[in-house]
Amino acid sequence: MTDKYDAIVIGAGHNGLICSTLLAKAGKKVLVLEANDQVGGAAITREFADGFSVSACAHLLYQMQPQVKKDLDIEIDVSASDLTTIVLSENGKHIKYCGNDVSGVSDSDVDNYRKFYKRMTKFADLLKTYLNKPPPRLGTKNKKDLFTLAMLGFDMRRMGKVEMREFLRLIGMNIYDELDERFESSYLKGGLSTDAVLGTHLGPRSPNTILTYLYRMAGNHGQFSSPKGGMGSVTDALNSKAESSGVEVKTNSKVQRIIIQDGVTSGVELTDGSTYKSSVVVSNADPKKTILELVGAKHVEIRFTHRIDNIRMQGNAAKLHFALNKLPKLEGFKETDYAQRILIAPSENYVEKAFNPAKYGESSPNPVLEITFPSVNDSQFAPTGKHVMSVIAQYAPYKHKAGWNQESRNEFLNAARSVMKVYMPDIDECIVAEELLTPVDIEGEFNITGGHWHHGEFTLDQFMFVRPVAGSAQYEMPINGLYLCGAGSHPGGGVSGACGRNAARVILDKEKK
Amino acid sequence: MAPKHVDTGRLRTPFYPRLAELDTLNTWHNWAGYSSAEALYCEDVEYFAIRNSTGVFDITPMTKYRITGPDALTFLDRLVTRDMKKIKPGRVAYAIWCDDQGQVIDDGTIFHLKEGEYRLCSQERHFAWLTTASIGFDVSIKEETAEIAALAVQGPTSYSILKNIGVNGLDELKPFGLIHNEFGGTELMISRTGFTGDLGYELWISPDKAIELWDALFEAGKFHGIRAIGTHALDLARKEAGYLAPFEDFLPAETTVRLGRTRSPLELGMGWLVDFNKDNFNGRRALIKEKEQGSVWRLVKLDIEGNKTADHSYIYAQEKNNKSEIGFITSAAWSPICKQNIALGTVRRPYGKAGENVWVEVYYQREMHWNRVMAKAEVVDKPFWFPERRGKTPPAPF
Repeated sequence: MTDKYDAIVIGAGHNGLICSTLLAKAGKKVLVLEANDQVGGAAITREFADGFSVSACAHLLYQMQPQVKKDLDIEIDVSASDLTTIVLSENGKHIKYCGNDVSGVSDSDVDNYRKFYKRMTKFADLLKTYLNKPPPRLGTKNKKDLFTLAMLGFDMRRMGKVEMREFLRLIGMNIYDELDERFESSYLKGGLSTDAVLGTHLGPRSPNTILTYLYRMAGNHGQFSSPKGGMGSVTDALNSKAESSGVEVKTNSKVQRIIIQDGVTSGVELTDGSTYKSSVVVSNADPKKTILELVGAKHVEIRFTHRIDNIRMQGNAAKLHFALNKLPKLEGFKETDYAQRILIAPSENYVEKAFNPAKYGESSPNPVLEITFPSVNDSQFAPTGKHVMSVIAQYAPYKHKAGWNQESRNEFLNAARSVMKVYMPDIDECIVAEELLTPVDIEGEFNITGGHWHHGEFTLDQFMFVRPVAGSAQYEMPINGLYLCGAGSHPGGGVSGACGRNAARVILDKEKK
Repeated sequence: MAPKHVDTGRLRTPFYPRLAELDTLNTWHNWAGYSSAEALYCEDVEYFAIRNSTGVFDITPMTKYRITGPDALTFLDRLVTRDMKKIKPGRVAYAIWCDDQGQVIDDGTIFHLKEGEYRLCSQERHFAWLTTASIGFDVSIKEETAEIAALAVQGPTSYSILKNIGVNGLDELKPFGLIHNEFGGTELMISRTGFTGDLGYELWISPDKAIELWDALFEAGKFHGIRAIGTHALDLARKEAGYLAPFEDFLPAETTVRLGRTRSPLELGMGWLVDFNKDNFNGRRALIKEKEQGSVWRLVKLDIEGNKTADHSYIYAQEKNNKSEIGFITSAAWSPICKQNIALGTVRRPYGKAGENVWVEVYYQREMHWNRVMAKAEVVDKPFWFPERRGKTPPAPF
């Protein structure tokens, strides 16, 4: 088969689908090739135990960029929005926060939280503008790039001298110090620390965890929602949009290599040997997989290969799925509380201590947990009367010292369960089935090198102008016709869609010339 | 006891005992961590050994890397600018390699020892670069500089001398070929390569047989004018042959700090080594762009009037216009064999085409006082010294 397409997109993750739809809307003939048997990448809903299903990787929606929804003209059907974050306390005096509201803490904390929230959302809004644009090149004479750079400076300055100074002070800082200076409640600090470090190989005391916090806030001011039918429904919606825009989507089509001829992109070859021709190939896969596996080092430059090889992208977040015969007891919980976002992160030091062993290749004995019960508001996840608990558990380093064998898996699973048991004493009676996805499993199931959410650690040295690597931050790879559209490119991971949208704009702009 | 400040001092090659016996000048310098003699008794006599009989130069300090593994060929083909697929086992390739921007890092020789087994030799060390270049390739890179003793045996009588020690297969050995022989119960590799632009060979052997080889060679060459030589004699010979020396005629790209101080192969007159028809090699994209947009510099060989050596002189387009400066000399010498005042230099394009005349501003000292002369120079495109015997197989016995 050698059909000719205007563009081939590798991977039907949300970014791949968004990018391909925008290309198709501009009149391009687009083919999307997905390795797995369902579209969605890491945003899928699938069964994990008989009758029980769950959002297999990402489980809450909070970053989807409004521009993406507008450009694609889609609405996401949510079962619950504006979720409240509940940080569990052993004595049942949980603290809750949502938007600029916080309860269960002292008056001064309430006051300080409002100020903190106001400032952070302002900074997040500044960031947001630039997340939705290709990052400008540095040291260039390109007018568009220079204009974007000037606007960035201008936008920063426009916040006023004091706020700009604060922004520049905070952007590289760790969130621990900032929280410690502002708040009294350890639960509040634990919760906000968790917001900053979820999905990263960072602890609250690691540098630039303010940046990761801002990035989380930049979508929708950090407001969480649960899509109806799980994350799979988000990508299903994107998929039907893609197909109605004329995109051809093929599942079970694993790309073996990107074909490079005479130094330019000419198509792809699948594992079954079939080939598809196109002078434009857009990879939704991570940069390492794209360059080192699909393209092959020999087709690119040595220093470039080196930079790609050096991208830090070892995941540290595990996913736990539990099938429950009933909801566990949580002291002080009303029924509606189960539908919220629940954190076990009783203090900022708890989070940092959970991170410590991960630095040396061990999993946390007391992990930080982000818990949701998607079945509370949405009956399609579990049989009637039964429930599903979806948990993100940190830290579970990709490179486990002992390897992720049965023993180390059990150890981490038990650690997570014993932490839960402190707050949910009857949890053991509730669980009828369980599943653990370590970063190694995530790598295998979702074809993400290192099993990292962001396709590359989200830190200042891998951010904006230098994401994925210096000199190639504008979605274009050094090979003509090869582009990236996944989370490894600017701005980064999370179900935001900005990467896919930005990439499509760059490709359309480039291929016009 | 006094503390030990130096763990490993300057190294001596396995040939050091023999060189030390012959040495009267005691002028040793550091070559890649080894002592290397600049001259042993008289650099003029040593130079004439290369051109008139045979000079023996210890090249053990030359950096040697063994490159093996299933991807050895694809690795090298991506590393260097020429097509390595054409280099069959038993052949040697002179090659250059570039950084991502198509700027020359170094030149060297790549020996295709056996099927899929290579040795890369260069003056500078490149382990870091080679290791970086190996990302994504199933290849092993091992430095073997200290594991091999090597001698360059260069000059018109070198063929006869090697015949005398009983080397087999010499008559069929073409330039840039290599053969394996047995010597003293070990393997002796002979390659028809060198840095003198003359008939010559390089011998490669295990260090424990080094002295034995040296003695056999000098015994076999005693009626053929064999002489040990130092780097000064060799340096003069390489200038006559038009060969470039790193840090003199170009700077390895990885060592420069200032922009524009690197050179591309096209600027160094190495376009013939760049194969745009083969698959990607490092720097290809940049070099294609350079080819389209034009290079900045051109390496020139100059035949200069007079006998004043033009070391580091400025080059001008016109004699009486000092605003017409177009470049500078990087290597210069009076060539005894050609009876020519020769130099290698770099000029800005479009200047420096073969046959063109330029002017060289030479300063020289006479009894403390400086004199200056504007010497006319012609750009030549052939090496200054290229004897017929260098390319002939078999070379005639002298």
